[in-house]
Amino acid sequence: MADEVVLLDFWPSPFGMRIRIALAEKGIKYEYKEEDLRNKSPLLLQSNPVHKKIPVLIHNGKPICESLIVVQYIEDVWSNRNPLLPSDPYHRAQARFWADYVDKKVYDLGRKIWTSKGEEQEAAKKEFVEALKLLEEQLGDKTYFGGDNVGFVDIALVPFYTWFKAYETFGNFNIESECPKFIAWVKRCLQKESVSKSLPDPHKVYEFVVEIRKRIGIE
Amino acid sequence: MSMVKVPLVTRMSMQFNKRTNSNPICMVKSSEVKLIGKWSSSYTIRVKIALNMKSLEYENIEETLKHKSDLLLHSNPVYARIPVLIHRDRPISESLVIVEYIDETWPTPPSILPSHPYDRALARFWATYIDDKWFPSMKCIFAFEAEEERKPYFEVLEEVLERMEDAFGKCSKGEPFFGGDTIGFIDIAFGSFLGWLSAVEQKFERKLLIEAKFPALVKWAERFAVDPAVKGLIPEADKLVELSKSIKWRAAIEKK
Repeated sequence: MADEVVLLDFWPSPFGMRIRIALAEKGIKYEYKEEDLRNKSPLLLQSNPVHKKIPVLIHNGKPICESLIVVQYIEDVWSNRNPLLPSDPYHRAQARFWADYVDKKVYDLGRKIWTSKGEEQEAAKKEFVEALKLLEEQLGDKTYFGGDNVGFVDIALVPFYTWFKAYETFGNFNIESECPKFIAWVKRCLQKESVSKSLPDPHKVYEFVVEIRKRIGIE
Repeated sequence: MSMVKVPLVTRMSMQFNKRTNSNPICMVKSSEVKLIGKWSSSYTIRVKIALNMKSLEYENIEETLKHKSDLLLHSNPVYARIPVLIHRDRPISESLVIVEYIDETWPTPPSILPSHPYDRALARFWATYIDDKWFPSMKCIFAFEAEEERKPYFEVLEEVLERMEDAFGKCSKGEPFFGGDTIGFIDIAFGSFLGWLSAVEQKFERKLLIEAKFPALVKWAERFAVDPAVKGLIPEADKLVELSKSIKWRAAIEKK
Protein backbone atom coordinates (compact mmCIF):
# COMPACT_ATOMS: atom_id res chain seq x y z
CA MET A 1 0.00 0.00 0.00
CA ALA A 2 1.44 3.38 -0.95
CA ASP A 3 2.01 5.91 1.80
CA GLU A 4 -0.42 8.80 1.85
CA VAL A 5 1.29 11.94 3.08
CA VAL A 6 -0.49 15.29 3.37
CA LEU A 7 1.01 18.53 4.68
CA LEU A 8 -1.34 21.24 5.98
CA ASP A 9 0.71 24.39 5.74
CA PHE A 10 0.83 28.14 5.14
CA TRP A 11 3.43 29.31 2.66
CA PRO A 12 5.32 31.92 4.79
CA SER A 13 5.43 29.72 7.91
CA PRO A 14 9.03 28.86 8.89
CA PHE A 15 7.61 25.89 10.80
CA GLY A 16 5.96 24.55 7.65
CA MET A 17 9.19 25.11 5.72
CA ARG A 18 11.02 22.82 8.14
CA ILE A 19 8.74 19.93 7.21
CA ARG A 20 8.97 20.69 3.48
CA ILE A 21 12.76 20.45 3.71
CA ALA A 22 12.65 17.20 5.70
CA LEU A 23 10.23 15.60 3.24
CA ALA A 24 12.41 16.73 0.32
CA GLU A 25 15.57 15.38 1.97
CA LYS A 26 13.89 12.01 2.32
CA GLY A 27 12.44 12.12 -1.20
CA ILE A 28 8.89 11.67 0.08
CA LYS A 29 5.99 12.51 -2.22
CA TYR A 30 3.22 14.39 -0.51
CA GLU A 31 0.15 16.51 -1.09
CA TYR A 32 0.60 20.13 -0.05
CA LYS A 33 -2.55 21.83 1.23
CA GLU A 34 -2.47 25.58 1.71
CA GLU A 35 -4.52 26.75 4.68
CA ASP A 36 -6.25 30.11 4.94
CA LEU A 37 -5.51 30.96 8.56
CA ARG A 38 -8.47 33.30 8.72
CA ASN A 39 -10.73 30.46 7.63
CA LYS A 40 -9.23 27.22 8.90
CA SER A 41 -10.38 24.03 7.22
CA PRO A 42 -12.37 21.37 9.10
CA LEU A 43 -9.47 19.01 8.35
CA LEU A 44 -7.01 21.28 10.17
CA LEU A 45 -9.30 21.78 13.15
CA GLN A 46 -9.89 18.04 13.34
CA SER A 47 -6.19 17.19 12.93
CA ASN A 48 -4.87 19.67 15.48
CA PRO A 49 -7.70 20.23 17.96
CA VAL A 50 -5.33 21.30 20.75
CA HIS A 51 -3.52 24.16 18.99
CA LYS A 52 -5.51 24.56 15.72
CA LYS A 53 -2.27 25.53 14.01
CA ILE A 54 -0.27 24.56 10.97
CA PRO A 55 1.86 22.78 10.10
CA VAL A 56 0.29 19.35 10.47
CA LEU A 57 1.56 16.24 8.71
CA ILE A 58 -1.08 13.63 8.05
CA HIS A 59 0.44 10.21 7.36
CA ASN A 60 -2.01 7.53 6.27
CA GLY A 61 -4.79 9.48 7.96
CA LYS A 62 -2.98 10.05 11.28
CA PRO A 63 -2.02 13.62 12.17
CA ILE A 64 1.28 14.68 13.69
CA CYS A 65 1.70 18.26 15.01
CA GLU A 66 4.54 20.57 16.08
CA SER A 67 7.22 20.99 13.42
CA LEU A 68 10.22 19.58 15.28
CA ILE A 69 8.17 16.59 16.41
CA VAL A 70 7.08 16.05 12.80
CA VAL A 71 10.69 16.19 11.56
CA GLN A 72 11.68 13.56 14.16
CA TYR A 73 8.68 11.46 13.10
CA ILE A 74 9.79 11.66 9.46
CA GLU A 75 13.28 10.61 10.59
CA ASP A 76 11.86 7.65 12.54
CA VAL A 77 9.63 6.40 9.74
CA TRP A 78 11.92 6.94 6.75
CA SER A 79 15.08 6.02 8.59
CA ASN A 80 16.84 4.39 5.67
CA ARG A 81 17.67 7.53 3.70
CA ASN A 82 19.55 10.79 4.43
CA PRO A 83 19.63 10.72 8.23
CA LEU A 84 18.61 14.05 9.74
CA LEU A 85 19.89 13.30 13.24
CA PRO A 86 23.30 11.96 14.27
CA SER A 87 23.46 8.33 15.38
CA ASP A 88 25.35 8.99 18.62
CA PRO A 89 23.07 9.82 21.63
CA TYR A 90 25.25 12.70 22.84
CA HIS A 91 25.26 14.42 19.45
CA ARG A 92 21.54 13.74 19.08
CA ALA A 93 21.01 15.47 22.43
CA GLN A 94 23.07 18.44 21.26
CA ALA A 95 21.03 18.63 18.02
CA ARG A 96 17.77 18.57 20.00
CA PHE A 97 19.10 21.18 22.43
CA TRP A 98 20.05 23.61 19.65
CA ALA A 99 16.86 23.08 17.65
CA ASP A 100 14.94 23.84 20.84
CA TYR A 101 17.11 26.96 21.33
CA VAL A 102 16.09 28.11 17.84
CA ASP A 103 12.46 27.63 18.84
CA LYS A 104 12.88 29.57 22.07
CA LYS A 105 14.84 32.46 20.62
CA VAL A 106 14.72 33.07 16.88
CA TYR A 107 10.97 33.14 16.21
CA ASP A 108 9.99 35.24 19.25
CA LEU A 109 12.83 37.72 18.90
CA GLY A 110 12.22 38.04 15.16
CA ARG A 111 8.57 38.69 15.83
CA LYS A 112 9.41 41.37 18.39
CA ILE A 113 11.64 43.07 15.83
CA TRP A 114 8.88 43.52 13.25
CA THR A 115 6.08 44.27 15.69
CA SER A 116 7.69 46.60 18.21
CA LYS A 117 9.40 49.97 18.34
CA GLY A 118 11.88 51.98 20.35
CA GLU A 119 13.58 50.39 23.33
CA GLU A 120 11.73 47.11 23.07
CA GLN A 121 12.78 46.72 19.45
CA GLU A 122 16.39 47.66 20.20
CA ALA A 123 16.54 45.07 22.97
CA ALA A 124 15.07 42.42 20.65
CA LYS A 125 17.58 43.24 17.91
CA LYS A 126 20.49 42.97 20.31
CA GLU A 127 19.31 39.63 21.66
CA PHE A 128 18.58 38.36 18.16
CA VAL A 129 22.09 39.13 16.95
CA GLU A 130 23.54 37.51 20.10
CA ALA A 131 21.50 34.38 19.39
CA LEU A 132 22.75 34.20 15.79
CA LYS A 133 26.33 34.70 17.00
CA LEU A 134 25.94 31.86 19.48
CA LEU A 135 24.64 29.67 16.68
CA GLU A 136 27.60 30.72 14.50
CA GLU A 137 29.87 29.55 17.31
CA GLN A 138 28.12 26.18 17.40
CA LEU A 139 28.49 25.81 13.65
CA GLY A 140 32.22 26.49 13.92
CA ASP A 141 34.05 25.30 10.82
CA LYS A 142 31.44 22.80 9.76
CA THR A 143 29.69 23.06 6.41
CA TYR A 144 26.33 22.50 8.09
CA PHE A 145 25.24 22.04 11.69
CA GLY A 146 24.61 18.44 10.64
CA GLY A 147 28.20 18.07 9.41
CA ASP A 148 28.50 17.10 5.75
CA ASN A 149 24.79 17.29 5.10
CA VAL A 150 21.91 19.34 6.46
CA GLY A 151 20.58 17.99 9.72
CA PHE A 152 18.07 18.72 12.44
CA VAL A 153 19.45 22.10 13.46
CA ASP A 154 19.94 23.31 9.87
CA ILE A 155 16.33 22.37 9.13
CA ALA A 156 15.09 24.06 12.30
CA LEU A 157 16.96 27.28 11.58
CA VAL A 158 17.32 28.01 7.86
CA PRO A 159 13.62 28.82 7.20
CA PHE A 160 13.92 31.96 9.35
CA TYR A 161 16.26 33.36 6.70
CA THR A 162 13.19 34.03 4.53
CA TRP A 163 12.02 36.49 7.20
CA PHE A 164 15.36 38.35 7.45
CA LYS A 165 14.45 40.97 4.86
CA ALA A 166 11.38 41.81 6.94
CA TYR A 167 13.42 41.89 10.19
CA GLU A 168 16.11 44.05 8.58
CA THR A 169 13.70 46.53 7.02
CA PHE A 170 11.52 47.05 10.07
CA GLY A 171 14.42 46.74 12.48
CA ASN A 172 16.67 48.96 10.42
CA PHE A 173 19.77 46.81 10.63
CA ASN A 174 21.84 44.51 8.46
CA ILE A 175 22.18 40.92 9.57
CA GLU A 176 24.99 39.94 7.18
CA SER A 177 27.28 42.66 8.50
CA GLU A 178 26.69 41.46 12.08
CA CYS A 179 26.79 37.74 11.33
CA PRO A 180 28.63 37.01 8.09
CA LYS A 181 29.32 33.36 8.94
CA PHE A 182 25.63 32.83 9.51
CA ILE A 183 24.73 34.19 6.07
CA ALA A 184 27.54 32.14 4.49
CA TRP A 185 25.96 29.02 6.04
CA VAL A 186 22.53 30.07 4.72
CA LYS A 187 23.95 30.38 1.22
CA ARG A 188 25.45 26.89 1.44
CA CYS A 189 22.06 25.54 2.52
CA LEU A 190 20.33 27.31 -0.36
CA GLN A 191 22.56 25.46 -2.80
CA LYS A 192 20.73 22.31 -1.81
CA GLU A 193 17.58 21.69 -3.82
CA SER A 194 15.74 20.29 -0.81
CA VAL A 195 16.16 23.69 0.84
CA SER A 196 15.85 26.11 -2.09
CA LYS A 197 12.67 24.46 -3.38
CA SER A 198 11.10 24.50 0.07
CA LEU A 199 11.63 28.16 0.85
CA PRO A 200 9.59 31.06 -0.52
CA ASP A 201 11.17 34.22 -1.93
CA PRO A 202 12.15 36.54 0.96
CA HIS A 203 10.67 39.49 -0.99
CA LYS A 204 7.29 37.79 -0.99
CA VAL A 205 7.59 37.16 2.76
CA TYR A 206 8.48 40.82 3.25
CA GLU A 207 5.37 41.90 1.31
CA PHE A 208 3.31 39.53 3.43
CA VAL A 209 4.70 41.12 6.62
CA VAL A 210 3.88 44.60 5.25
CA GLU A 211 0.28 43.40 4.81
CA ILE A 212 0.12 41.91 8.28
CA ARG A 213 1.46 45.06 9.88
CA LYS A 214 -1.28 47.07 8.16
CA ARG A 215 -3.88 44.57 9.25
CA ILE A 216 -2.84 44.55 12.89
CA GLY A 217 -2.40 48.32 12.88
CA ILE A 218 1.34 48.78 13.25
CA GLU A 219 2.30 52.06 11.66
CA MET B 1 30.18 21.32 18.58
CA SER B 2 32.16 22.77 21.50
CA MET B 3 32.19 20.56 24.58
CA VAL B 4 32.08 22.18 27.97
CA LYS B 5 34.48 20.29 30.17
CA VAL B 6 34.17 20.28 33.93
CA PRO B 7 37.45 21.79 35.17
CA LEU B 8 39.84 19.11 36.40
CA VAL B 9 40.36 20.82 39.78
CA THR B 10 36.60 20.87 40.43
CA ARG B 11 36.19 17.24 39.42
CA MET B 12 39.04 16.03 41.55
CA SER B 13 38.03 18.01 44.61
CA MET B 14 34.49 16.65 44.40
CA GLN B 15 35.72 13.08 44.24
CA PHE B 16 38.29 13.68 46.97
CA ASN B 17 35.67 15.09 49.32
CA LYS B 18 33.45 12.12 48.77
CA ARG B 19 36.20 9.65 49.64
CA THR B 20 37.49 11.36 52.75
CA ASN B 21 34.04 12.12 54.17
CA SER B 22 32.48 8.75 53.64
CA ASN B 23 32.76 5.60 55.66
CA PRO B 24 35.61 3.61 54.10
CA ILE B 25 33.40 0.52 53.97
CA CYS B 26 30.72 2.26 51.83
CA MET B 27 30.99 2.17 48.08
CA VAL B 28 31.65 5.52 46.49
CA LYS B 29 28.88 6.42 44.08
CA SER B 30 29.68 6.20 40.44
CA SER B 31 31.02 9.55 39.32
CA GLU B 32 30.44 8.73 35.66
CA VAL B 33 26.99 10.30 35.93
CA LYS B 34 26.33 13.54 37.78
CA LEU B 35 23.13 15.49 38.05
CA ILE B 36 23.05 19.16 38.94
CA GLY B 37 19.56 19.96 40.17
CA LYS B 38 17.23 20.96 42.99
CA TRP B 39 14.93 18.81 45.11
CA SER B 40 12.05 21.19 44.40
CA SER B 41 12.44 21.36 40.62
CA SER B 42 9.98 19.31 38.59
CA TYR B 43 12.45 19.38 35.72
CA THR B 44 15.12 17.83 37.95
CA ILE B 45 12.64 15.24 39.17
CA ARG B 46 12.02 14.16 35.58
CA VAL B 47 15.70 13.31 35.15
CA LYS B 48 15.88 11.50 38.50
CA ILE B 49 12.89 9.35 37.54
CA ALA B 50 14.56 8.44 34.24
CA LEU B 51 17.85 7.57 36.00
CA ASN B 52 15.93 5.42 38.51
CA MET B 53 14.06 3.62 35.73
CA LYS B 54 17.40 2.60 34.27
CA SER B 55 18.77 1.71 37.73
CA LEU B 56 21.62 4.16 37.25
CA GLU B 57 23.77 5.42 40.09
CA TYR B 58 24.64 9.07 39.96
CA GLU B 59 26.15 11.82 42.01
CA ASN B 60 23.48 14.29 43.01
CA ILE B 61 24.74 17.87 43.12
CA GLU B 62 22.21 20.08 44.84
CA GLU B 63 22.14 23.70 43.69
CA THR B 64 21.01 26.33 46.14
CA LEU B 65 18.37 28.85 45.23
CA LYS B 66 20.46 31.91 45.96
CA HIS B 67 23.76 31.32 44.27
CA LYS B 68 24.54 29.55 41.01
CA SER B 69 27.63 27.36 41.26
CA ASP B 70 30.57 27.68 38.90
CA LEU B 71 29.95 24.11 37.84
CA LEU B 72 26.42 24.99 36.72
CA LEU B 73 27.51 28.14 34.89
CA HIS B 74 30.26 26.17 33.18
CA SER B 75 28.05 23.23 32.26
CA ASN B 76 25.07 25.21 31.01
CA PRO B 77 26.44 28.50 29.72
CA VAL B 78 23.42 29.05 27.46
CA TYR B 79 20.70 29.08 30.13
CA ALA B 80 22.59 28.79 33.44
CA ARG B 81 19.85 26.65 34.90
CA ILE B 82 19.19 23.17 36.23
CA PRO B 83 18.87 20.32 35.54
CA VAL B 84 22.15 19.46 33.86
CA LEU B 85 23.28 15.88 33.42
CA ILE B 86 27.01 15.38 33.18
CA HIS B 87 27.96 12.03 31.68
CA ARG B 88 31.64 11.23 31.18
CA ASP B 89 32.38 14.93 31.65
CA ARG B 90 29.98 16.02 28.90
CA PRO B 91 26.98 18.12 29.96
CA ILE B 92 23.45 17.80 28.60
CA SER B 93 20.75 20.37 29.39
CA GLU B 94 16.95 20.72 29.08
CA SER B 95 15.03 18.05 30.97
CA LEU B 96 13.23 16.39 28.07
CA VAL B 97 16.44 16.31 25.99
CA ILE B 98 18.18 14.69 28.99
CA VAL B 99 15.42 12.09 29.42
CA GLU B 100 15.66 11.09 25.75
CA TYR B 101 19.45 10.96 26.08
CA ILE B 102 19.14 8.59 29.06
CA ASP B 103 16.72 6.37 27.15
CA GLU B 104 19.03 6.20 24.12
CA THR B 105 22.30 5.79 26.00
CA TRP B 106 20.96 3.03 28.26
CA PRO B 107 18.49 1.27 25.99
CA THR B 108 17.84 -1.64 28.41
CA PRO B 109 14.18 -2.04 29.39
CA PRO B 110 12.05 -0.41 30.55
CA SER B 111 11.96 1.97 27.58
CA ILE B 112 10.97 5.50 28.37
CA LEU B 113 9.83 6.44 24.86
CA PRO B 114 7.46 4.15 22.96
CA SER B 115 8.92 2.15 20.09
CA HIS B 116 6.35 2.98 17.42
CA PRO B 117 7.09 6.27 15.57
CA TYR B 118 3.52 7.54 15.86
CA ASP B 119 3.36 6.84 19.59
CA ARG B 120 6.74 8.53 20.00
CA ALA B 121 5.42 11.62 18.22
CA LEU B 122 2.37 11.65 20.50
CA ALA B 123 4.55 11.27 23.60
CA ARG B 124 6.73 14.19 22.52
CA PHE B 125 3.62 16.23 21.66
CA TRP B 126 2.08 15.87 25.14
CA ALA B 127 5.39 16.44 26.91
CA THR B 128 5.92 19.65 24.91
CA TYR B 129 2.33 20.67 25.63
CA ILE B 130 2.96 20.32 29.37
CA ASP B 131 6.14 22.38 29.05
CA ASP B 132 4.33 25.14 27.16
CA LYS B 133 1.32 25.35 29.43
CA TRP B 134 1.80 24.01 32.93
CA PHE B 135 4.68 25.69 34.69
CA PRO B 136 4.38 29.02 32.86
CA SER B 137 0.78 29.26 34.15
CA MET B 138 1.80 28.16 37.62
CA LYS B 139 4.47 30.83 37.79
CA CYS B 140 1.85 33.47 36.95
CA ILE B 141 -0.49 32.15 39.63
CA PHE B 142 2.25 32.56 42.24
CA ALA B 143 3.40 35.89 40.86
CA PHE B 144 0.12 37.76 40.65
CA GLU B 145 -1.47 39.17 43.75
CA ALA B 146 -5.00 39.76 42.52
CA GLU B 147 -7.54 36.98 42.16
CA GLU B 148 -8.65 38.49 38.85
CA GLU B 149 -5.12 38.40 37.48
CA ARG B 150 -4.69 34.74 38.47
CA LYS B 151 -8.04 33.62 37.09
CA PRO B 152 -7.01 33.08 33.45
CA TYR B 153 -4.03 30.96 34.55
CA PHE B 154 -6.20 28.74 36.72
CA GLU B 155 -8.34 28.31 33.62
CA VAL B 156 -5.26 27.16 31.68
CA LEU B 157 -4.47 24.57 34.37
CA GLU B 158 -8.07 23.33 34.20
CA GLU B 159 -7.84 23.03 30.44
CA VAL B 160 -4.58 21.12 30.69
CA LEU B 161 -6.15 18.68 33.15
CA GLU B 162 -9.10 18.18 30.80
CA ARG B 163 -6.83 17.48 27.85
CA MET B 164 -4.59 15.17 29.84
CA GLU B 165 -7.62 13.24 31.14
CA ASP B 166 -8.65 12.73 27.52
CA ALA B 167 -5.10 11.95 26.38
CA PHE B 168 -4.75 9.38 29.13
CA GLY B 169 -7.58 7.37 27.68
CA LYS B 170 -6.03 7.41 24.22
CA CYS B 171 -2.40 6.82 25.22
CA SER B 172 -2.76 4.28 28.03
CA LYS B 173 -5.05 1.97 26.01
CA GLY B 174 -6.47 0.51 29.20
CA GLU B 175 -3.10 0.19 30.95
CA PRO B 176 -2.14 1.95 34.23
CA PHE B 177 0.10 4.66 32.73
CA PHE B 178 0.34 6.98 29.73
CA GLY B 179 3.29 4.81 28.75
CA GLY B 180 1.33 1.57 29.08
CA ASP B 181 2.15 -0.99 31.73
CA THR B 182 5.22 0.95 32.89
CA ILE B 183 5.72 4.69 33.25
CA GLY B 184 6.94 6.48 30.14
CA PHE B 185 7.76 9.87 28.68
CA ILE B 186 4.38 11.54 29.23
CA ASP B 187 4.04 10.14 32.76
CA ILE B 188 7.45 11.60 33.60
CA ALA B 189 6.82 14.97 31.89
CA PHE B 190 3.48 15.47 33.62
CA GLY B 191 3.84 13.52 36.85
CA SER B 192 6.91 15.51 37.83
CA PHE B 193 4.57 18.46 38.43
CA LEU B 194 2.31 16.68 40.94
CA GLY B 195 4.18 18.22 43.88
CA TRP B 196 3.67 21.76 42.63
CA LEU B 197 0.06 20.98 41.74
CA SER B 198 -0.57 20.06 45.39
CA ALA B 199 1.30 23.18 46.48
CA VAL B 200 -0.97 25.41 44.38
CA GLU B 201 -4.06 23.61 45.72
CA GLN B 202 -2.86 24.09 49.28
CA LYS B 203 -1.71 27.70 49.04
CA PHE B 204 -4.73 28.95 47.13
CA GLU B 205 -7.16 26.63 48.94
CA ARG B 206 -8.55 25.29 45.74
CA LYS B 207 -8.72 21.68 44.62
CA LEU B 208 -7.82 21.21 40.97
CA LEU B 209 -7.29 17.47 40.51
CA ILE B 210 -10.86 16.59 41.42
CA GLU B 211 -11.93 12.95 41.19
CA ALA B 212 -15.39 13.76 39.88
CA LYS B 213 -13.92 15.72 36.98
CA PHE B 214 -10.72 13.77 36.33
CA PRO B 215 -11.26 10.20 37.54
CA ALA B 216 -8.57 8.64 35.35
CA LEU B 217 -5.95 11.24 36.28
CA VAL B 218 -6.63 10.99 40.01
CA LYS B 219 -6.04 7.24 39.94
CA TRP B 220 -3.04 7.64 37.64
CA ALA B 221 -1.51 10.20 40.01
CA GLU B 222 -1.82 7.77 42.93
CA ARG B 223 -0.16 4.96 40.95
CA PHE B 224 2.55 7.28 39.63
CA ALA B 225 3.53 8.57 43.07
CA VAL B 226 4.18 5.07 44.40
CA ASP B 227 6.00 3.76 41.35
CA PRO B 228 9.46 2.54 42.49
CA ALA B 229 11.22 4.98 40.14
CA VAL B 230 9.22 7.91 41.52
CA LYS B 231 8.88 7.11 45.22
CA GLY B 232 10.34 9.78 47.48
CA LEU B 233 10.98 12.24 44.67
CA ILE B 234 7.74 14.21 44.69
CA PRO B 235 8.19 16.94 47.32
CA GLU B 236 5.52 17.53 49.95
CA ALA B 237 3.14 20.39 49.31
CA ASP B 238 3.97 22.25 52.58
CA LYS B 239 7.65 22.28 51.77
CA LEU B 240 6.97 23.72 48.32
CA VAL B 241 4.50 26.29 49.71
CA GLU B 242 7.17 27.38 52.20
CA LEU B 243 9.77 27.56 49.43
CA SER B 244 7.40 29.51 47.17
CA LYS B 245 7.59 32.41 49.62
CA SER B 246 11.25 33.01 48.79
CA ILE B 247 11.06 32.57 45.02
CA LYS B 248 11.08 35.68 42.84
CA TRP B 249 8.13 34.65 40.69
CA ARG B 250 7.92 37.80 38.58
CA ALA B 251 11.52 37.37 37.44
CA ALA B 252 10.83 33.69 36.76
CA ILE B 253 7.99 34.56 34.36
CA GLU B 254 10.38 36.36 32.05
CA LYS B 255 12.54 33.29 31.47
CA LYS B 256 11.39 30.70 28.93
